Amino acid sequence: MTRRGPAFWCLLGFTLCVCAFLIVPVGMSMLAGVTVNYQAGIESGFTLRWVGQVWDGYSDTIFRSIGIALACLACTLVLGVPAAYVLARKQSGLARAIEELLVMPVAIPGLATALALIVTYNTLGNFRTSWTFILVGHVLFTLPFMVRSVIAVMGAIDMKTLEEGAASLGAGFAQRFFGVVLPNCRSGILAGSLMVVTLSMGEFNMTWLLHTPLTKTLPVGLADAYASLRLEVGSAYTLVFFVMIVPLLIGIQVFARPVELGARTARP
Amino acid sequence: MSMVMTPLAIRLESCGKTFADATRALDPLDLEVRAGETVVLLGPSGCGKTTTLRIIAGLEEPDPGGRVLFDGEDVTLQPIEKRNVGLVFQSYALFPNMDVRGNIAYGLRIRGIGNAERETRVDEMLAMMRIEALAERRIDQLSGGQRQRVALARALAVRPRALLLDEPLTALDAKLRDMLRVEIDALLRGLGITSIYVTHDQAEAMALGDRIVVMDHGKVAQIGTPREIYHAPASRFVADFIGTMNRLDGAVDGGRFVTAAGAIPWAAAPAGALCVLFRPESVRLADTGAGQLAGSVSAAFFLGDRTRLFVDCAGQQVIAETSVRREFAPGTQVRLAIDSDALLTLRDEP
Repeated sequence: MTRRGPAFWCLLGFTLCVCAFLIVPVGMSMLAGVTVNYQAGIESGFTLRWVGQVWDGYSDTIFRSIGIALACLACTLVLGVPAAYVLARKQSGLARAIEELLVMPVAIPGLATALALIVTYNTLGNFRTSWTFILVGHVLFTLPFMVRSVIAVMGAIDMKTLEEGAASLGAGFAQRFFGVVLPNCRSGILAGSLMVVTLSMGEFNMTWLLHTPLTKTLPVGLADAYASLRLEVGSAYTLVFFVMIVPLLIGIQVFARPVELGARTARP
Repeated sequence: MSMVMTPLAIRLESCGKTFADATRALDPLDLEVRAGETVVLLGPSGCGKTTTLRIIAGLEEPDPGGRVLFDGEDVTLQPIEKRNVGLVFQSYALFPNMDVRGNIAYGLRIRGIGNAERETRVDEMLAMMRIEALAERRIDQLSGGQRQRVALARALAVRPRALLLDEPLTALDAKLRDMLRVEIDALLRGLGITSIYVTHDQAEAMALGDRIVVMDHGKVAQIGTPREIYHAPASRFVADFIGTMNRLDGAVDGGRFVTAAGAIPWAAAPAGALCVLFRPESVRLADTGAGQLAGSVSAAFFLGDRTRLFVDCAGQQVIAETSVRREFAPGTQVRLAIDSDALLTLRDEP
């Protein structure tokens, strides 16, 4: 084993400091959510009262957010993966232009996108008051993340030649797409899915304008709680958010990892 | 091995290819590949050889007017998945999401062949390519040579009517390339399958082809057996592309070809020939006073079994090979004797 010099310990100390700087507030907030009285400090004791209060007042926003995130995932999969396939196969300038245009909703402030949606679809039946109105905004915002990550994988493994190989063995388009293209994009699809679910779950900018009192999502409810209730309730809400999102993230990553490794080393 | 198939005869009729950006990849080409024959498409990159292969495979459509015939049947409009041709790529194109067995079984599964027969056929292929031990390996655990064996097994498992190989050995290192070339040769001959082999490597072409189609700039430069192409090249391009060729300028004078460095007896000289071609192996080092050409060594390369000499013959360079065991310092005066039977002239040049 090589001896570690002072530079190593300096860098390690710096890294730990930065980590602490970022992680301590998160811990403090979560701790505040289970403290009886935050002003009085931890000595006032621990309680699940605030968590209970969040659950009573906002459990609908939690389920709505999960529902919208999953629906958003479904939409971006159905729209994004075939779009990525076509864009990756076509080498034309038009394809490149479309690829760039897809990223626009990420660059434009969410509020502007939301305003455009409201101006255009305000009068369209019950659409404005339905949760699908928020879904449309989320799909617009998250679609480029799905498309980009799938295109990246397709570009890395020469999908065109793989497909030609499959075709020479008698596979028609559907057989090639489902038997060769999709399985070999799995790592990209999973990475994209991770992005889409987390972005949709935490999206606030756009949703703030798109929501109605009956279609609040989790981040909107969180803002609501921070603004109008005790600090402890807002913090308890954060705690609930963490408890939901962290296992989800870990789950998707564990699921994605071995496949990603396979795809990386598969290049000839 | 139950691989008996009736070999396929392939015919291309004025198959040209112009791409969308108006580049002409291939001039209208006629080509006849006889049943069971191995034809090599040979040429430098961009000569149209791969485009020709892709037209035969069904991956490209020829320009209007071109026809592709399989045993007399017009398949021009059939996509590749209907043509039943095996395809082997330079980049292997094995499916990373399947193991070796899965790759070989893929075409059989697509054809709806039942589990039991599929397994039997896959085992047969594994045995034929001597890769039984690799059956359960993932593709990323294989070396290049192993991958190409799997690719061959996968292409042959479906019993294709013809086997099309696009630079299958180019990605491999030299030693492995030679080994696999011998194997492929034995395989193609053993199976008697019609095969079309694309390469830019003339040694590969000479070793594998029953006939070679030399291509240049989208045109056929010459079609012939390896011997015909080597000994009677039809053009300057073919002469230079296949092996090494010496060229001397001079003039015919009474049964001799006279150059500044000496005269070579050439009874069969065509009237008015202004240059003569010959291979390095037709040049011998002669004793002082003998031989026909005088020159001085400008460079010598010891190749182990022989020495390759670059000789300056009154301003014209002649490449000679000798197995004489001596060193040739630059400037050494030598006499060269040239085998008159090996002298060539070209149709496209006087």
